[in-house]
Amino acid sequence: MNTPDWPDQVFAALKRAEVRQIAYVPDAGHARLITRAHEDPSLRAVVLTTEEEGIALATGAWLGGVRAALLMQSSGVGNCINMLSLPANCRAPLLMLVTMRGEWGEFNPWQVPMGQATAPVLRAAGVIVHRATEAGEVAPMVAAAAALAYDSRVSVAVLLSQSLIGAKQFVTKGATP
Amino acid sequence: MSAELDRREAVAALLAGRRDLLVATGLGSASYDVAACGDRAENFYLWGAMGGAAMVGLGLALARPERRVVVVTGDGEMLMGLGALATIAVAGVRNLAIVVLDNRSYGETGAQPSHTAHDVDLAAIAKGCGWERTYTFADEAGVDQLARALHHDAPLFAVIRIAPGEKPRVLPPRDGAFLTQRFRAKLGIAEP
Repeated sequence: MNTPDWPDQVFAALKRAEVRQIAYVPDAGHARLITRAHEDPSLRAVVLTTEEEGIALATGAWLGGVRAALLMQSSGVGNCINMLSLPANCRAPLLMLVTMRGEWGEFNPWQVPMGQATAPVLRAAGVIVHRATEAGEVAPMVAAAAALAYDSRVSVAVLLSQSLIGAKQFVTKGATP
Repeated sequence: MSAELDRREAVAALLAGRRDLLVATGLGSASYDVAACGDRAENFYLWGAMGGAAMVGLGLALARPERRVVVVTGDGEMLMGLGALATIAVAGVRNLAIVVLDNRSYGETGAQPSHTAHDVDLAAIAKGCGWERTYTFADEAGVDQLARALHHDAPLFAVIRIAPGEKPRVLPPRDGAFLTQRFRAKLGIAEP
């Protein structure tokens, strides 16, 4: 398995943006970033039981003068919708990095409805949506999204395409149902 | 058992010695109760985002480890975000207290019984999540003990069992941007 270096570049972009709290629901696509966050003593990495906790955490952090970022999979976006009213009402920034499922070579049909709904649902809730499909554009996009979120105090989601992460492999070849 | 606690009197006693406590409230009556003690810049009231109060407290407590943070919320609001009790315990924050005003009903929507009316034990859930100090109080002496404990350096989860029934509403400001900016200004956070 190759190890693309964009997750390390994204981590560096978050550090440059002075992010001090990284909240996440574990996802394979974010694994490297989660490890880096836990290893860095200048960051607080917070594991969540459900994604909307991270929205409230980020607003609380902002109240205390600290920047937070939130990592999740597209399935978790659906859990966040009402909580997105919190940063919107408070004019607090929110930066979400969302690894996509249910779009590119998806094996698991249960991922498809939320994966296909992710971008329109986020937009309907007032979140600005960026999408990265090439490894080279991820870190610059995260840096721009961070600037947009923290400087203009809006909610921004960067969707990391499934083609970038790679479709999850569940079965060996020859096991076609 | 003595008469059930009046929620306004209980919250007034809880916050009587609040000094510079940072206070976040869950939507509904918990916000009105805290506002009734006197609006101040260190109060952050949720008017929505149900289930989010405890996690707002965690983000704030992690951001300001030198300050004491207390979340005052209701049983229904806490029930909607129970996972936060696990998340906060695992985060290992020392300067956060959660106080649940438990009237065993959804007061804003017609007083329908909540899960705590059916003996769901929030303090036991917090204890099971690993909270260091968990209490359930139902009398004035308990509230006084809790008011002092709020200032101690350890995570604390407490349920105050209060009488059901609505009090006259004391409405705090409800513009989230105003509340946020006022709170940050009080903490001396420079705005660009």
